Amino acid sequence: MDILRFITAGSVDDGKSTLIGRLLFDSKSILQDQLETLEKQSKNKNADGIDLALLTDGLRAEREQGITIDVAYRYFSTPKRKFIIADAPGHVQYTRNMITGASNSNLIIILIDARLGVIEQTRRHSIIASLLRIKHIVVAINKMDMVDYGQERFNEIKSDYNKVVAQLNLQNVTYIPIAALHGDNIVEKSEKMPWFDGLPLLQFLEEVEVADDINHTDPRFQVQYVIRPQTKELHDYRGYAGEIINGVYKKGDKIKILPQDIETTITKIEIAGVEVEEAFAPQAVVLHIADDIDISRGDTFVHIDNLPKVENNIDVLLCWMDNKPLQPGNKYFLQHKSRLIRAIIQEIEYKVDVNTLEHTAVTDSVKLNEVVKARLRTAAPLVYDPFEKLDGTGSAILIDETSNSTVAAVLLS
Amino acid sequence: MNKYYLNYLEQLEAEGIYIMREVAAQFEKPALLFSGGKDSITLVQLAKKAFAPGKFPFPLVHIDTGHNFKEALDYRDNLVKELGAELIVRKVEDSIRERKLTEPKGKFASRNWLQIHTLLDTIEEFKFDACIGGARRDEEKARAKERIFSVRDAFGQWEPKLQRPELWNIYNGRIHKGENVRVFPISNWTELDVWNYIRKENIPLPSIYFAHYRDVIAHEGQLVAVSDYIQIDETDVIMNKRVRYRTVGDMTCTAAVESNAETLDEVVNEIIATRISERGETRIDDKVTEAAMEDRKKGGYF
Ligand SMILES: Nc1nc2c(ncn2[C@@H]2O[C@H](COP(=O)(O)OP(=O)(O)OP(=O)(O)O)[C@@H](O)[C@H]2O)c(=O)[nH]1
Ligand SMILES: [Mg+2]
Repeated sequence: MDILRFITAGSVDDGKSTLIGRLLFDSKSILQDQLETLEKQSKNKNADGIDLALLTDGLRAEREQGITIDVAYRYFSTPKRKFIIADAPGHVQYTRNMITGASNSNLIIILIDARLGVIEQTRRHSIIASLLRIKHIVVAINKMDMVDYGQERFNEIKSDYNKVVAQLNLQNVTYIPIAALHGDNIVEKSEKMPWFDGLPLLQFLEEVEVADDINHTDPRFQVQYVIRPQTKELHDYRGYAGEIINGVYKKGDKIKILPQDIETTITKIEIAGVEVEEAFAPQAVVLHIADDIDISRGDTFVHIDNLPKVENNIDVLLCWMDNKPLQPGNKYFLQHKSRLIRAIIQEIEYKVDVNTLEHTAVTDSVKLNEVVKARLRTAAPLVYDPFEKLDGTGSAILIDETSNSTVAAVLLS
Repeated sequence: MNKYYLNYLEQLEAEGIYIMREVAAQFEKPALLFSGGKDSITLVQLAKKAFAPGKFPFPLVHIDTGHNFKEALDYRDNLVKELGAELIVRKVEDSIRERKLTEPKGKFASRNWLQIHTLLDTIEEFKFDACIGGARRDEEKARAKERIFSVRDAFGQWEPKLQRPELWNIYNGRIHKGENVRVFPISNWTELDVWNYIRKENIPLPSIYFAHYRDVIAHEGQLVAVSDYIQIDETDVIMNKRVRYRTVGDMTCTAAVESNAETLDEVVNEIIATRISERGETRIDDKVTEAAMEDRKKGGYF
């Protein structure tokens, strides 16, 4: 059994929270006492006597306003898989919370209200999905009950969305017509839409292949923590603890330590104190090397014949996430996994219109939820890969030195 | 199948170890909040694995309500010895006396809410900048919203509408003086995941997690252990039942479930079969209002 992490996205009131409630309800993941509480609270009851969206809208303000403000995580399992669901808000204002949920997802379900079709927010969330390179996309055309479960409307929306697919060059897109409120094509095939010959949503989620999404060909490891017990028995023990971000490491591998640019050999690999011959992403390991080299948190180990970039001046895409606008020329901290270095935003090239993907000149400041192409200069060389190639080593965040807030998602190129 | 494959428990473990290491590296004075329950026992296992063969890098902090199960205290003391870790115990009772706090009254007067004072005082006393906790997002709706690194202000308050974005697995633990971060490495685990992990790793648990005979009274369908800390009324009927606990908390507000499960396998089977959630079955204090947890977290609770 493995894990599928997915996020639901789409515009306000497209039925994201309802869909998740439905998945949990129909897969019998909601327990009796939770149901009873739910029945008591429900004002907009459905045929089952409950308001499914209340299952995820966990904050008082959300229940009062009937909207989702921040991501809620829900969990359920079937015999095939464990699912981690991020229920994202649909409001534009809360896009940064949607990005938080999306950054950890293997798959995104983009909901479209069958009456409204493809709208601005559908496009925005699709662009975010493509920027973050989410590997699988399900377009769930919801509220089919409101359009008489009609195949024509489904096909119309499908061909509209296909334009978005072409423009964004999206891969692995699957369309499913559903009615989340009533459970059509969620767990069971809907009898009301016999014309649809695809899988119902849950079955699709159970079967979609994600194991191959993890890269096992480009070895990348970054030191998180140096283990030095300094006890009598382990006097000379010095192990480099960290996560294998990509690829496979074997005992005896010739590696290069970056940014030091020194070659050495892996002499031992341990997982939780037990020695192993090889280890792979995303295992948490301790690596030992042959030579005495000054290595600290944030340094990278790679194979000598598979090198990342090492640079000071880097082109990036920034998704701005702070209420305070971006100040060109300001210094920020760049956190790249465990590496923290100072960075300055030197130049903003253009703004990406998240509705049309057009590039526009930046005349004003860069504000919350805007995406820009910029040039960063870091105080020390950064060891990284372009996000397009390796997302694990191609992503970073910017932190405001004075407020300590995370102010931007950074996609390196 | 792909040779390089981790199953769901191995994935969760790798994530948990990664988070533990981030805490050790990013903070100067981190602590692990230890209640003696299965979730904090799981945290200890992850930390042991994260830093092996080095020494356990966090002190265990027990915020002691005074209403403990003896079995949990014994377990705690043994564990600390075995780990060679530092144990810090701070008592709610002392906070009540020193701060002249008012104890809640009533049949199951719980010190759950008062714990916050002791926790915040302890954080201040030791200048802890990070506290690792065993909360899981599947437990409760407000928890389902919380980040893995949850920044709290000097009053320990959670601001749910202004949480920091948390992107990929990059954790920003930077804070101002006086603030602290609550870290939840098993956020993505469910109750069943925890049990399955404990079984896989064969981790010993306090004996109250397994079937044993105990004097209990029934209260609104829940079984509460007879102890000096609860008020027994004339109408209460004391019964001797075979029970086990699903969670270990304050004796006054943790209910037992009838069970014959003696082994981890049997417990796991019962958990799979149950139709009632962990909180619903075992917590007496949470039923009060829908937003009870949100309010407590805003007030500094973990
Ligand atoms: N008729 C019909 N109504 C639906 C369906 N799915 C959802 N709804 C209704 O649409 C409304 C909005 O649903 P939510 O699930 O709260 O929407 P959301 O997408 O989570 O909204 P935000 O999180 O605020 O962006 C509710 O009144 C639902 O009952 C459906 O399949 N058919
Ligand atoms: Mg919603």
